[in-house]
Amino acid sequence: MDFKLSKEQEMIRTVMREFAENEVKPIAAEIDETGRFPRETVEKMARYHMMGIPFPVEYGGAGGDDIAYAIAVEELSKVCATTGVILSAHTSLACWPIYEYGTEEQKQKYLIPLAKGEKLGAFGLTEPNAGTDAAGQQTVAVLDGDNYILNGTKLFITNGGEADIYIIFAMTDKAKGSRGISAFIVEKDYPGFSIGKIEDKMGIRGSSTAELIFRDCVVPKENLLGKEGEGFKIAMKTLDGGRIGIAAQALGIAEGALEESIKYIKERQQFGRPLSKFQGLQWMVADMATAIEAAKLLVYRAAYNKSNGLPYNKEAAMAKLYAANVAMDVTTKAVQLHGGYGYTKDYPVERMMRDAKITEIYEGTSQVQQMVIAANLLR
Amino acid sequence: MNIIVCIKQVPDTNEVRIDPVKGTLIREGVPSIINPDDKNALEEALRIKDKYEDVKVTVLSMGPYQAEDALVEAIAMGADEGILLSDRAFAGSDTWATSTALAAGIRYIGDYDLIFCGRQAIDGDTAQVGPQIAEHLGIPQITYVKELELLDGKVRAKRVLEDGYYVIEAEMPVLITAIKELNEPRYPSIKGIYEGYKGDRIKILSAKDVEADEDNIGLDGSPTQVNKSFTPPTKGGNLEMLEGDPKEQARELIVRLKEEKII
Repeated sequence: MDFKLSKEQEMIRTVMREFAENEVKPIAAEIDETGRFPRETVEKMARYHMMGIPFPVEYGGAGGDDIAYAIAVEELSKVCATTGVILSAHTSLACWPIYEYGTEEQKQKYLIPLAKGEKLGAFGLTEPNAGTDAAGQQTVAVLDGDNYILNGTKLFITNGGEADIYIIFAMTDKAKGSRGISAFIVEKDYPGFSIGKIEDKMGIRGSSTAELIFRDCVVPKENLLGKEGEGFKIAMKTLDGGRIGIAAQALGIAEGALEESIKYIKERQQFGRPLSKFQGLQWMVADMATAIEAAKLLVYRAAYNKSNGLPYNKEAAMAKLYAANVAMDVTTKAVQLHGGYGYTKDYPVERMMRDAKITEIYEGTSQVQQMVIAANLLR
Repeated sequence: MNIIVCIKQVPDTNEVRIDPVKGTLIREGVPSIINPDDKNALEEALRIKDKYEDVKVTVLSMGPYQAEDALVEAIAMGADEGILLSDRAFAGSDTWATSTALAAGIRYIGDYDLIFCGRQAIDGDTAQVGPQIAEHLGIPQITYVKELELLDGKVRAKRVLEDGYYVIEAEMPVLITAIKELNEPRYPSIKGIYEGYKGDRIKILSAKDVEADEDNIGLDGSPTQVNKSFTPPTKGGNLEMLEGDPKEQARELIVRLKEEKII
């Protein structure tokens, strides 16, 4: 068993850390405060081939693997979970299904500009009445000559309104239930497609979370992703990979909160000595670090499996379940270690705590992860 | 146009500690980085490559095998090729021996119009290697450059002085040493990291390969002898912090300096 990262992965970590410190951290508080989408960061990430890390060079990617991609999301999320999720949703939820299920023409037309970061991607599955019950899709797609006509509404779509290319799921055959769902590649300018409400969120406030509205939206027939009826399978497989990204985001948030806490308790003096000299707090920090290390191994293991063609459905669910739990726990403790200051916006840990919560909810709630894990164990 | 950039892999001195007994750097567990001024040198070469057609940037370094990581990083930033001079014969080189080796490497590469070096390395602070290379090669040099312009067959540079700058023009080929004010180095690209580690763009060469003058390389070829490294004892004296707002502090300082007849 080898726990060493490759030289490439090590250098990618160094570069991502430097990039995150210099380019992302300085605006993290501001985009949280204002809810502004950090478009300039996306452009910078594109310049350095960070927007398509695990895809082959011939499809516009960096020619890397899923561990390198997880490291990138992790390092960004240490300082800004918003930036972490922008990259994760784009890479895992938009690029990957096209890479995995797209035709050569679709890859040429959509994957290349996405993986190069010239275009931003999003994924639309959730609906007002189809959250965890993703099979209960009400958006419909009807074939009409050379086009599908889409009608319906998507909700809570990450990168919504900012993205250029959307992977959209819709019912092509209601009678077949989940087997009647199909996936489509939808461009933002297609007639009948508009952006509805932009959510005002507790955390990851710089990322855009939008409602997508389809009113007789015209999607060319050749933009069907996979075959008719494969949509649910595509969505579930895509989310398996997406969970690795979100698990990496949760891991990064926790690591960032621990770093801030260690820095703070070494500086903060009470009773004439730094907080770090109090054993009760030392134990808290030790537990936080241990949980983070365990989460990290689960995340990298899931990414390793994905990159090496091994099953990763259960592993990704475990990584996300555990890392999200650790993120919530560690950030809560980080606020506690900061005391009253931790509850203010003078320190980043309150933001990290708000950001952490979403990792227990999106791309499958923690309860969904438990369902996935149990289904693997009990089949 | 052919550009050669000399870089050095150094321990990140932000994270380095000094052995209190031996007076030397404790290198264990300290990350290695491209020397910061050398990154500015590389960045300037890459900007020329971005701006003009048919520019080839070759990165040259001398060091142990692990210095290959620095060349990979340079390739990931956009350099075309890397050459690492790695040989036991180079071990223990001072600045003279290092510049002899690098000049041999440059002659081996052959065609060049511009050579970039960083002003100085953070682990040595000598600022000697760049100028010495120019002397070995018999070409002009402009050191401490904060701004560079390419003209027809020559360069125009702003060379920084303590309280101003010279504007200097020189015919190419010319050697430039870069300071951090010259530019803001880019990051390595993720794709470039994978390309760099494929290894086919990096050559590792020995002293013989580049026909380096054996009498002037390595420890034996180094005129500098280090007898002892030590941290000078801090001089005693009274330290007093002045109180008040900046204006009051300044007023107080002037009074004190006058009292001491310094001004």
